[in-house]
Amino acid sequence: MTSEQILQYIFSGITVGSIYALVAIGYNIIYNTTGIINLAQGEFVMLGGMIAYSLSQIMSLVPAVVLAVLITGAVGSLIEIVFIRRMKKSSVLGMIVITIGISIIIREIALLIWDEQIRALRFFTGNEISSIDILGARISPQVLWIVGVTALIVMALYLFFRFTLTGQAMRACSSNTRAAKLCGIRTSRMVNLSFMLAAGIGALGGCLVSPLTQTHYSMGSELAIKGFIVAILGGLGNPMAAVAAGLLLGLIESFSISFLPMVYKDVISILILLVILVLKPSGLFGSRQTSSLKDF
Amino acid sequence: MKLKKYYPIVLLAGVLVLIQLLTLITGTAYYLTQLTMAAYYVVVALGLSMVMGYAGQISLGQAGFFAIGGYTTAVLTTFDLTDKISRPFFAFLDKIGLLVHKVTLYGDSIVHLSPWISFILALVLAGVVAYSIGVPVLRLKGHYLGMATMGFGIIIYRIVLGTHIFGEADGISNVPAFPILPGITIGGDFSIRIINYYTAWFFVILAMVLLLNLINSRTGRALRSLHGGEDAADAMGVNTAQYKVKVFVIGAVFAAAAGVFITHYNGGIGPSESSVAKSVRYVAIVAVGGMANLWGVLIMGLFLNFLSLRGLFGVYDDAVFGIILVIIMMFFPDGLFQPASLNRIKRILRGK
Repeated sequence: MTSEQILQYIFSGITVGSIYALVAIGYNIIYNTTGIINLAQGEFVMLGGMIAYSLSQIMSLVPAVVLAVLITGAVGSLIEIVFIRRMKKSSVLGMIVITIGISIIIREIALLIWDEQIRALRFFTGNEISSIDILGARISPQVLWIVGVTALIVMALYLFFRFTLTGQAMRACSSNTRAAKLCGIRTSRMVNLSFMLAAGIGALGGCLVSPLTQTHYSMGSELAIKGFIVAILGGLGNPMAAVAAGLLLGLIESFSISFLPMVYKDVISILILLVILVLKPSGLFGSRQTSSLKDF
Repeated sequence: MKLKKYYPIVLLAGVLVLIQLLTLITGTAYYLTQLTMAAYYVVVALGLSMVMGYAGQISLGQAGFFAIGGYTTAVLTTFDLTDKISRPFFAFLDKIGLLVHKVTLYGDSIVHLSPWISFILALVLAGVVAYSIGVPVLRLKGHYLGMATMGFGIIIYRIVLGTHIFGEADGISNVPAFPILPGITIGGDFSIRIINYYTAWFFVILAMVLLLNLINSRTGRALRSLHGGEDAADAMGVNTAQYKVKVFVIGAVFAAAAGVFITHYNGGIGPSESSVAKSVRYVAIVAVGGMANLWGVLIMGLFLNFLSLRGLFGVYDDAVFGIILVIIMMFFPDGLFQPASLNRIKRILRGK
């Protein structure tokens, strides 16, 4: 392997890893306020890409992406109001099953609207063949967009959770819902907001990757699983660790292609999931003590 | 009376005979094909009902065990041993009648392993795999267990899809029929359709008898205590870890057996049988049936699989199962066959 090749693998790993990280951040936001793993998280990525694609036919790129993010956020909020809110007393098993059911329904609706065709959003800058030379590796400018926007989202989220009243209220919900309620925080609104936020972030990720990896109605389930692996790897409930874990998984996958057939790429990441679940369910960066207090 | 508990089974057998006679009279014998396949899928659902309903452990990888059964038998019984037959091991197998000689459509003579051997190997393999992943994975709970079992299912799916001997995306075809006993053969030939229908449902009844007995035994009581409260069960001296693994293995072996039979019945198997969508479908059937309600699971499994196999749901096949999952979980978390659910349906119908 030449150094250019290694660099190329690193860039493709970072690209894929950024998207995994965005999905995992979505998982974490919802998990923190509700204790639910929303297995429909991958479908938000698909919806974002698809809606932006359709809108970009009639308007320019920026408003199309913004609208797609807002619409998907509204879908996320709607899902919470229609389904999740009524499931208060449900068991974990029930929650897993219902979010899988929701993801199937979203996927089938997407199939009806956008059929089986693979679609791709326009490149944000340049086109399919334009590339940038970095230390001998040639990458698409879209990669810079993906990495840059992901970094921006992560920073914005950090500031939001740290310094805004709403963000602090959401964190209060995650550490103790009842106490938050007693302090006058409207927890149901925070739960709704977390679904909206997670869906919106997923949709933005979907828009970012669409030019490179294309959007297909069935892409969501794979992303949902990869995002979950990343969320676990980083430690459930820790959005910032998810970014590091996402990049790690992206790099592992991208290098695994160089010595294993493409189809086994998923096998490796799932084996990582099984190993981490069994050996250290608190994740690479989580502490065993805090995780034993959480209710999975 | 001890025999009393078998009355429903006798009733089931009666209904099955009635259905067969009805198809004979109305000239709709083609329904038997779907009823036969539905029976095998019911066996998978019954096994899963033990895991999910009675032991309270979610498994989203049941299609993986089904595929282990189906693909094991498909690979072993389609592998031509003609040039290996002179080796002592295969010559010995041939001598004790465990190899099958036959002539293909094109006049070539081939030798393959008896389906009985592949059947037993498939069950053993599924059991061993279930045990070795069950021991570490069943220590997990909730979401973690769900995703770990789903991960197992995806690994099987990917391996099947990416490996040459499993036929990659095409799957394996030309799997021979499975002669179980003289006169009873599991295969897709039209002339043996009725006997296949009865064979398949015989296996369902066998599974029911086995499981109903298991539920009313010491093991069954232990399982129920485990579902009710694992810590309490542990404190009472129930070896919860061991029971969980036991039920998981039973569920896997049931799924693998169904996979073997259906592969011989259809004469082949494809990768879609091991997909996550299939695993989710089994979960949906168990959920509608009422989780820990073998009769409910049997009835809903028959009903939904039959409609699905008849193509009644058309392109909405997956969507139907998704909607079922959501509706059941939201409104009837204990399944449709519970008194509370029936009252609820009545209330809805009365418009209240």
